[in-house]
Amino acid sequence: MTRYSIFSLARNAMGYHRSWPRAWRSPQPRPSYDIVIVGGGGHGLATAYYLAKEHGLSDIAVIEKGWLGGGNTGRNTTIIRSNYLWDESAHLYEKSLKLYEGLSQELNFNIMLSQRGVLNLAHNEHDLKELSRRVRAIRLNGIDSEILDPQGVKAEVPIANISPSLRYPILGASLQRRGGIARHDAVAWGFARAADARGVDIVQNCEVTGIDIADGRVQGLETTRGRIAARKVGLVAAGHSSVLAAMAGLRLPIESHTLQAMVSEPIKPVLNSVVMSNTVHVYVSQSDKGELVIGAGMDGYNSYSQRGSFQIVEGQMGALIELFPIFSRLSLLRQWGGIVDVCPDASPIVGKTPVDGLFINCGWGTGGFKATPGSGWVFAHTIARDRPHALNAPFALERFASGVLIDEHGAAAVAH
Amino acid sequence: MLLIPCPWCGARDESEFTCGGEAHIRRPADPDALDDAHWADYLFMRANPKGSHRERWCHSHGCGRWFNVERDTVTHGIVSVYRMGEPPPGGDGS
Repeated sequence: MTRYSIFSLARNAMGYHRSWPRAWRSPQPRPSYDIVIVGGGGHGLATAYYLAKEHGLSDIAVIEKGWLGGGNTGRNTTIIRSNYLWDESAHLYEKSLKLYEGLSQELNFNIMLSQRGVLNLAHNEHDLKELSRRVRAIRLNGIDSEILDPQGVKAEVPIANISPSLRYPILGASLQRRGGIARHDAVAWGFARAADARGVDIVQNCEVTGIDIADGRVQGLETTRGRIAARKVGLVAAGHSSVLAAMAGLRLPIESHTLQAMVSEPIKPVLNSVVMSNTVHVYVSQSDKGELVIGAGMDGYNSYSQRGSFQIVEGQMGALIELFPIFSRLSLLRQWGGIVDVCPDASPIVGKTPVDGLFINCGWGTGGFKATPGSGWVFAHTIARDRPHALNAPFALERFASGVLIDEHGAAAVAH
Repeated sequence: MLLIPCPWCGARDESEFTCGGEAHIRRPADPDALDDAHWADYLFMRANPKGSHRERWCHSHGCGRWFNVERDTVTHGIVSVYRMGEPPPGGDGS
C-alpha cells in the first residue's frame, strides 16, 4: 500500500497525478477462505480490517453483490454520536466514536471527521425532562453531554429562532460536542484499502445465492461467481439480512423499510452543527460542500425498493421549514432511499447464530453509520474467538427469547 | 405513492392508510404450553420476504377498517386485496 502523505501528493503532482496506484485490488474469488464476510459496506469492511489487524488473520474475503459502500454506507446522513440511554448501547456506540476519533490516522485515509457537535432540541416540558434524564444517564457512562438553555442553543445555532411564541418553541437542547459528521464513502474506502493491504480479498459484483450447511455447521456459500468454501461466515447485509438468514433456515426479528434522506443545493456556511428535533421530526447538518443534509422519513411498510414515497419528502420539507424558515427558498438537489433493517427494540443484533460458524451483524436500522468501526471491531472479535466481546454480548439474537431487550427507540434522531 | 384498493371504499392514496405488518400470524392456541423460543418466534420473528408479502392494512383516514393486501416488496405492485377472515387468493394463509 502506498502511504498517502504530503510527499506522495507532491511526487504525484509532478507526474500530473497519472501514477496513483489503485487503492485496493480486484481479485477473482478463490474457491476457499478461512472467513468470508458477506456485505461490502462499512460494517463488513471494518469487520475484515479488524479481523486482520486485531486477530492476525488474513485468509479472509469480503464479498459484495454490488459495489463497495453502495448500500446504506453511501446513503446515510453521515452523523456520528454516542448519546444513547442504556449502558449497553452507550458503551458500544462510545467504543465506535473513540475508534472514529483516531480512524483517519489509523487507516491513512482522510475520513473528514468533523466533531462539530450534535444538538437534540426540546420543544415542550416533556422534551426537557426527557433530555435531562438522557444527559444524566449518558454522563454517568462517562460520555460527554450537556444541557443548553435557549440562549445556549442560539450561540451554537445562530439561525435558530428562540422566541417563546412559536408553535414549537426551542426551550433547550442536549449537546454532545464530540458528535459530528464524517465522509461516509471515505469510511468504506479507507477500511477497504487498509483491509486489502493486510491481504483481505475484496470481491465486488458477487451475490450470495445460497448458504451450504451440513451437520449444523456452515460449509461455504453459493455465489454468482461460483462456490466459495469457508470455515466461518459473517453476514453483514443490513436491509437484506432476512433474505440471507432465510438461506440458512433462520428467521430474524427484522423488518426492512425504506428510509429517505435528501440534500439541498449548496449554500454558504449557515449551520455549524448537527441539529435534531424529534418533536418537529427533522435533522439537518451542512456538508463541507455546502449542501444541507436532511433526514429522515421512513415508509411505514416493508420494502426492498430503495426508493421512498413522495409524501415522505413533502413531510420532511414541512418539518425543516417549520424549524428553519430561512431554508424555505432552497431547492432540493436530490433525494434517495436506503433499505434499513429495523429490530423491534431499535437495537442491533451482533453475535452467533444457531448454525456453527455462521455469525450475524444486522438490525442497525436507522442509525448504523455511527457504529461502523465499533460494529466491525466487536464482530471481528466474535468471529475470531467464537464468542462475543463483552461490548456486544447483550446484543445477541437470544435476547428476543430471554426478553432482555435494549429499547433504544428514544435514541433515534427522530421517531421512526 | 401507492394507490391502495380498499375493499369498502375503492382506490385511495397511500397516505390514508396505515400498514399493520405481516398478516396471518396466528395467536398460539395454547399459550401456557409455549416455550421461550416459540414465544420469541410468535412475538418478534417475521418473514420479511423480498418479493410477495401478505400484510394487514387499515384505512385509518377513511372507513377505519382492516383488510389484507398481498404486495410485492420490490416493485410495490399490489397483487390482491381481501377482507379479514377471508383466505388469501392463491392459497395457504396459515
